[in-house]
Amino acid sequence: MIKSLEELKQIREKYKDTLQNRETNEDKVKILVGMATCGIAAGARNTINAIVEEIRNEHIDNAVVVQTGCMGFCYAEPTVEVRMPNKEPVLYGKVDSEKAKEIVKRHVKNGEVIKEWVLRG
Amino acid sequence: MPIRMELLVCGGTGCQASNSNRVLDVLKEEIKKANLQSEVNVLMTGCFGFCEKGPIVKVMPDNVFYVEVDEDAARKIVAEHVVKGRVYQEKLYVEPDTHEKLSEQSKIPFYKKQLRIALRNCGKIDPENINEYIAADGYMALGKVLTEMTPEEVIDVVKRSGLRGRGGGGFPTGVKWEATRKSKSDIKYVICNADEGDPGAFMDRSILEGDPHSVLEGMAIAAYAIGAQFGYIYVRAEYPLAIHRLRIAINQARELGLLGKNIFGTDFSFDVEIKIGAGAFICGEETALINSIEGGRGEPTVKPPYPAQVGLWKKPTNINNVETFANIAPIILNGADWFASIGTEKSKGTKVFALAGKVNNVGLVEVPMGITLREIIYDLGGGIKGGKKFKAVQTGGPSGGCIPAEHLDTPIDYDNLTALGSMMGSGGMIVMDEDDCMVNIAKFYLEFSCDESCGRCTACRIGNKRLLEILNKITEGKGEMEDLEMLKELAETVRDSSLCGLGQTSPNPVLSTMKFFYDEYLAHVRDKECPAGVCKELLKYYIIPEKCVGCTACARVCPVNVIHGEPKKVHVIDRDGCIKCGQCYNTCRFGAITRK
Amino acid sequence: MINVTINDIKLQVPEGTTILDAAKMVNINIPTLCHLNLHDIKMVNRTASCRVCLVEVEGRRNLAPACATECFDGMIIRTNTKRAIRARRTMVELLLSDHPTDCLVCEKNGNCDLQRIAAELGIRKIRFEGEQSTYQKDSSSGALYRNPDKCIMCRRCETMCNEVQTCSVYSAIDRGFETVVGPAFNLPMLDTQCTFCGQCVSVCPTAALTEVSYVQDVWNALHDPDKYVIAQTAPAIRVALGEEFGLKPGTIVTGKMVAALRRLGFKKVFDTDFAADVTIMEEAKEFIDRLNGKGRLPILTSCCPSWVKFIEHQFPELLDIPSTCKSPHMMFGAIAKTYFAEKFNIPADKIVVVSVMPCIAKKYEIQREELKSDGVQNVDYVITTREFAKMIREAGIDFTKLPDEDFDNPLGESTGASVIFGTTGGVIEAALRTAYEWATGETLQDVEFHGVRGFEDGLKEATVKLKDMELKIGVAHGLGNARRLLEDIRDGKRFYHAIEIMACPGGCIDGGGQPYHHGNLEIVKARMNALYEEDRRKPLRKSHENPAVLKMYEEYIGEIGGHKAHKLLHTHYTPREKI
Repeated sequence: MIKSLEELKQIREKYKDTLQNRETNEDKVKILVGMATCGIAAGARNTINAIVEEIRNEHIDNAVVVQTGCMGFCYAEPTVEVRMPNKEPVLYGKVDSEKAKEIVKRHVKNGEVIKEWVLRG
Repeated sequence: MPIRMELLVCGGTGCQASNSNRVLDVLKEEIKKANLQSEVNVLMTGCFGFCEKGPIVKVMPDNVFYVEVDEDAARKIVAEHVVKGRVYQEKLYVEPDTHEKLSEQSKIPFYKKQLRIALRNCGKIDPENINEYIAADGYMALGKVLTEMTPEEVIDVVKRSGLRGRGGGGFPTGVKWEATRKSKSDIKYVICNADEGDPGAFMDRSILEGDPHSVLEGMAIAAYAIGAQFGYIYVRAEYPLAIHRLRIAINQARELGLLGKNIFGTDFSFDVEIKIGAGAFICGEETALINSIEGGRGEPTVKPPYPAQVGLWKKPTNINNVETFANIAPIILNGADWFASIGTEKSKGTKVFALAGKVNNVGLVEVPMGITLREIIYDLGGGIKGGKKFKAVQTGGPSGGCIPAEHLDTPIDYDNLTALGSMMGSGGMIVMDEDDCMVNIAKFYLEFSCDESCGRCTACRIGNKRLLEILNKITEGKGEMEDLEMLKELAETVRDSSLCGLGQTSPNPVLSTMKFFYDEYLAHVRDKECPAGVCKELLKYYIIPEKCVGCTACARVCPVNVIHGEPKKVHVIDRDGCIKCGQCYNTCRFGAITRK
Repeated sequence: MINVTINDIKLQVPEGTTILDAAKMVNINIPTLCHLNLHDIKMVNRTASCRVCLVEVEGRRNLAPACATECFDGMIIRTNTKRAIRARRTMVELLLSDHPTDCLVCEKNGNCDLQRIAAELGIRKIRFEGEQSTYQKDSSSGALYRNPDKCIMCRRCETMCNEVQTCSVYSAIDRGFETVVGPAFNLPMLDTQCTFCGQCVSVCPTAALTEVSYVQDVWNALHDPDKYVIAQTAPAIRVALGEEFGLKPGTIVTGKMVAALRRLGFKKVFDTDFAADVTIMEEAKEFIDRLNGKGRLPILTSCCPSWVKFIEHQFPELLDIPSTCKSPHMMFGAIAKTYFAEKFNIPADKIVVVSVMPCIAKKYEIQREELKSDGVQNVDYVITTREFAKMIREAGIDFTKLPDEDFDNPLGESTGASVIFGTTGGVIEAALRTAYEWATGETLQDVEFHGVRGFEDGLKEATVKLKDMELKIGVAHGLGNARRLLEDIRDGKRFYHAIEIMACPGGCIDGGGQPYHHGNLEIVKARMNALYEEDRRKPLRKSHENPAVLKMYEEYIGEIGGHKAHKLLHTHYTPREKI
């Protein structure tokens, strides 16, 4: 039972994430994960899930994680592309779960491009 | 593991009728087979409005909009898009002009000019889950109202917002609330009119199905503003899905204490009950609706007194329509000025229209007031089907009028439509093309009004019947010039003399078509011709000599033997004896018989 | 008070005044059709359905029905604009376009409000042609005749039945052009809870509701040489019949009425009042028995067949409280075919008893199985005051010029007590006159019990001292009032020793078979006064002093409330369904 406006707000915060995937916004950071056969074989699913999890953990609400097909860098799978608004896309290669979390923290959250992992950009 | 992808399946009645329930099941099965159920979520939402292209499946956050999804397509979407990240091209919307495949909903012309306030959550949240509504700022407006505002302040905001009743009359909502507030009584009621009766209009159903809490929240705010403790939702029995979702919503709201006693810990208590109507059109009229809830015959009574003074069980009662209530929470949260900044001088905000008839994109659109008819029909509606010529658009349900091409650039608002002899009504919009006979159209709507008349007053019960009989006479080619005068005079008298809104507006289709398409009436009466070739009795059948091969098929099927000609020679129809049954027309395999 | 302007005339009216009433104040007549205001019985038909009283109100988009629109301050009304007149005429034309045009042979010819308004508005042509609605006619009850073809949807019958009589038999059924007023599921009236009080007939503006007529049957009997046709007339006829012949309401025409019946060919002209005195003998006895612990109190009068049917449908659990006495005209029928037949040596099967009644329910009552003797009706035909007047006219009798004649004996002798049976409060007053003397053994000095009299109060209460005992008397007229009273008795909220109930407001003087009052209840009050006047004129004013009655008990029936009395004069009741 909700007994105050505060309690309603708590519920709203609790379920806010539920709707996060459903908002579309041009200003959001887009994170693309290559999920073609090669990507999946190289562990892209772990990568994408790690990214999503980290976004939630870091309370980032202006980023969407989208899967995409093969980006042509099969030797460097899993590949992750970060598209910040009004900036050139940055493509990272061989992104495992740990690297993925790092990318979310440093690039998505703080805008720092992690040069050593960049494949193209 | 958090959900990273969601498949939203339209659960509106339209899409359910095209098997979206099965699509939902298939998607779930396939996701499970791919072992992705912990990261990919499949859920049913309310209506997306694009009913022409249902069932709709939207993939988020990828923002890919699939149309006409069947079971097979559902499997492909999972295999291609969900598993491999490749958009399944086959089921993207194809722009008819450019043949371009569009994957993003917002890029589709149908959605481009829409502004969704009343439909804000439709197609976005799971209507059976109150937490999703709350996540979308649901019940925040109610909380704000109860903890920070006086009833007078609430009424002031609604008044300043310029919101007018979305059910037909267009009466300023805030003024209605104020009148009910001022009526002194220990008991008052709020009624939500969900007896959506206009043929072709289904915005109220869509809101109830897609976002039932928005209506409950609007009702609770209204109840606080006017001083009511109890509410009824009068919904027609033909809306089982809406009733089902409303019931779930009411129960969930009660469980969370958002309905019931001492809401948000304040003194305010409010609860609602669903009343199921038998679907009589007249029960959308507020006094008839009240009679129906009370267990009486659904027929209107004389106003004044208005329900705001003497309503349900003789207590002051505020009745608003579903769409009106759905607008309330955003107005409270975003402010009167925000809402008033949308629309025209006297009609604020948006309006949901049910676009139907001869347009390419049939469906539900929410657009700012002031948008032109042309924009709705050609931009959102994608123009006339089959590249035919636009003739008229009928707005406002059966009691609206027909608006011709020369007024297509009229900005839509309550007053402009009324000035054109039509009305906003509940937002039905039916497009007609060159193949429609306007006399026949007028007859069609009048037939509806005749059937749905409660029969109480002379003007509507007998007047409309006589109007219909005159129209029948005209479309049967038996009309005389005096009939046209009589038609106009009687239509005006019925409009002037009827007891309720139904009778007062039922002659609108006649009067507006007589005003804008008088030449068609003249053609029927004077020349005994139906220019659109619709009125059967006025059709004349001809044989095109160039196409006739003399096969004798037509002569053999003619039941009255009026087709003459020797085998292998051109045949002729003796039109004097022709009974216009159309047998020859249907039989000819050479397209040699024409009718006009 | 608020200011209004009607046709440029400025006036002040109390708040809540309708345009119609305001216009009347300045002598502006707005035609009405469905409207009916029976103020005295608190019935107003405000359905505003006929749309004949439309007027223009400045600032209003459409026309306003004057009968149902209340004035507001500063209202400017025009009653005679082109637009209003056109609408009004069109409404009447529309009604006529869906109405049979058999006025010349219509039951209500000359008494029809639709005919009147068409004449008033000078309608000479019906411009609209088209389908006419036709429905099943209903005469299943043998009492009430429904011809929905002639229904103009004024809903007066419905208002009367629902709000005044609380029987709720009628409602609008179907929709659109097919809409008509009728009973639920369009059942035959006989299968409904209709009591056939006929109040709907009293207010019906057309011939959609009338009585089932037995005029032709009565003529046939009168012309049959093998039949011995006798008449009995109810008390309320003599004070209403004159109206049919242009006499002032309340004119007592007893003598002319008797003369007219003789001229129509009735062998004997008797008075139901005789039987009313018999009723008092039996009922007063039953009352005293119950006061002495033999049976349940209160005792309810049972003279009104409509009321009897009402209690059978609505309060089947209370069927042990009405008196077991038959209604007076049924007692008369039984006496006529036994005592009278034997005394004058006329074969009972040749006797045809015709009751002239103010009532429609009596037509139904005579068919009730328990009121027949060996399957034969004790009363053969019931005709109403109106039917009786028709026969007089048809026979070419100049009623007003008739000499005054006396009833035949012995069944024509009566007391003042029986005369007042025709008004509310009369039966109980008559019973009190006798019960008082029997219970106390003293002579009653003032026979008039004013506490039980009057039209305005639907529910009356009086206390009567009976030596050391105080009798609580209740009187209800109108079935809605009866319902309230019975509910309280059932729920133990009120107690009475004796109760009189009449189904029609005012009692039989306003019965469903009386001359049409056209909404003017002053006529009914004049009839009431005339009955009390007739009572005062009578030398004998207590039923138990009626010598002819006493002689009959002595010669034929024996003990009051005895075995033969029970066989001839008493009945029983049957629970009936509510629908």
